Amino acid sequence: MDLEFIISLIVQIVMIGVIAVALMTAFAAMVMVERKLLGRFTLRYGPNRVGKYGSLQIIADMFKLFFKEEVIPGHVERTVYLMAPGLALVPALMAFAVVPIAGAPFTLPFQIMGTPITINPWIANVNVGVLYILAIGSLGTYGVILGGWSSNNKYSLLGGLRTSAQMLSYELPMGLAMLSAILIVGSMQLTNIVEFQASYLGGFFWLILVQPVAFIVFYICALAEAGRSPFDLPETENELIAGFSTEYGGMKFGLFFAAEYVHMIVVSFIMATVFLGGWSGPFAQQAPFLGIGYLLIKVAFILFTMIWVRASIPRVRFDKLMKFCWKFLLPVSIANAAATALVLAVLFF
Amino acid sequence: MLQEFEFLGVLGAITLTIPVVTLIIAWLLRPKKPNPAKQETYESGIKTIGDTWVQFKAQYYIYAIIFVVFDIEAVFLFPFAVALRQLPLYSLIWAIVFIVLLFDGLLYGWRKGALHWN
Repeated sequence: MDLEFIISLIVQIVMIGVIAVALMTAFAAMVMVERKLLGRFTLRYGPNRVGKYGSLQIIADMFKLFFKEEVIPGHVERTVYLMAPGLALVPALMAFAVVPIAGAPFTLPFQIMGTPITINPWIANVNVGVLYILAIGSLGTYGVILGGWSSNNKYSLLGGLRTSAQMLSYELPMGLAMLSAILIVGSMQLTNIVEFQASYLGGFFWLILVQPVAFIVFYICALAEAGRSPFDLPETENELIAGFSTEYGGMKFGLFFAAEYVHMIVVSFIMATVFLGGWSGPFAQQAPFLGIGYLLIKVAFILFTMIWVRASIPRVRFDKLMKFCWKFLLPVSIANAAATALVLAVLFF
Repeated sequence: MLQEFEFLGVLGAITLTIPVVTLIIAWLLRPKKPNPAKQETYESGIKTIGDTWVQFKAQYYIYAIIFVVFDIEAVFLFPFAVALRQLPLYSLIWAIVFIVLLFDGLLYGWRKGALHWN
């Protein structure tokens, strides 16, 4: 163990902590922005009582969740019941690991014991990045299913089962949409995917231009995977009384809630990285901080459209949801992947 | 590259602490006034009739089986997608045949009515 390795490890751990905290803060901000925007979409003000323009509302909500008495019903499967919220949140946070947030490592202006400190703009740049995202993404299903099952309540069980069917089904077109993107880039490493997009057409060879179908399929699947409206069947209030989270209250419910929002934010980051050029933009290669700005703008735009969709489209019925996935999205994404492979084959041979 | 996977482990450990710490803080702060009435099922105010963990529609399991088949096949496609540039035409044709077979499997399930929800 040499000094350089230890310092790089510490730097990386600090970076991981910063990103985890940033994601949780983004979740809090996101709840606020969503409530405000939904208010505006429906010609209301949204929350505007706590703090200036309701800006402290989320802090008030957080305190409420912390101080709320938690009722653990007597009939639940206790261990699994307590584990489920964490199981939902952890994979949602972990999927962020492979997203590169800037083009080049940052070098800090000072040195520790004569060693210059560089911070990588990613947590782990693994060469199977896309596979990692898909694998971690499917782990997120467990929290919801186990939460629904362990609650020992028919509504919750039904909600959990629906979620499992929904998430598993929408994973397939999502993977195939990613496949179409990988076919063009020829690498599963997310840094390579962004560099590929930045190196053609003056830095604007975004994969959405060559793979619009894959992008739309991925977007729809992202909504379904994160349990967002119009695919929020796991928690249908009017038929299942909030589905898998019926028996949850206080901070445990808060964790489920956080998981949904973090999932949505992280999936937007992935979408922006794979299809919208990630950190790339004018001068992003020279100034890494600009890259973060570009990425955040793209992510903010995707998140805005997600809220817009929620305000515009009513929830779909369960049989239609399954039909839409298996009889429309899946054939379309397979055909898209096959067509991409054929076109590339014609171009290369 | 191995080091990158170590960072993933570190990330997993750090993210695991987030729910644990929040739950512990909430446990310390919140009031505790247990009451038998509070411990009942929240099901429209009525006691559950019969067992909760009942047998469910077989349709869910049929979907699960089709999912497993497709997921494994999709995983086989990823290495092919990465190596597309280096492959000879011969293996490319076989990959496309593989995709067609995948599609055929979907059509088979479709015709058999496995995708029909009733």
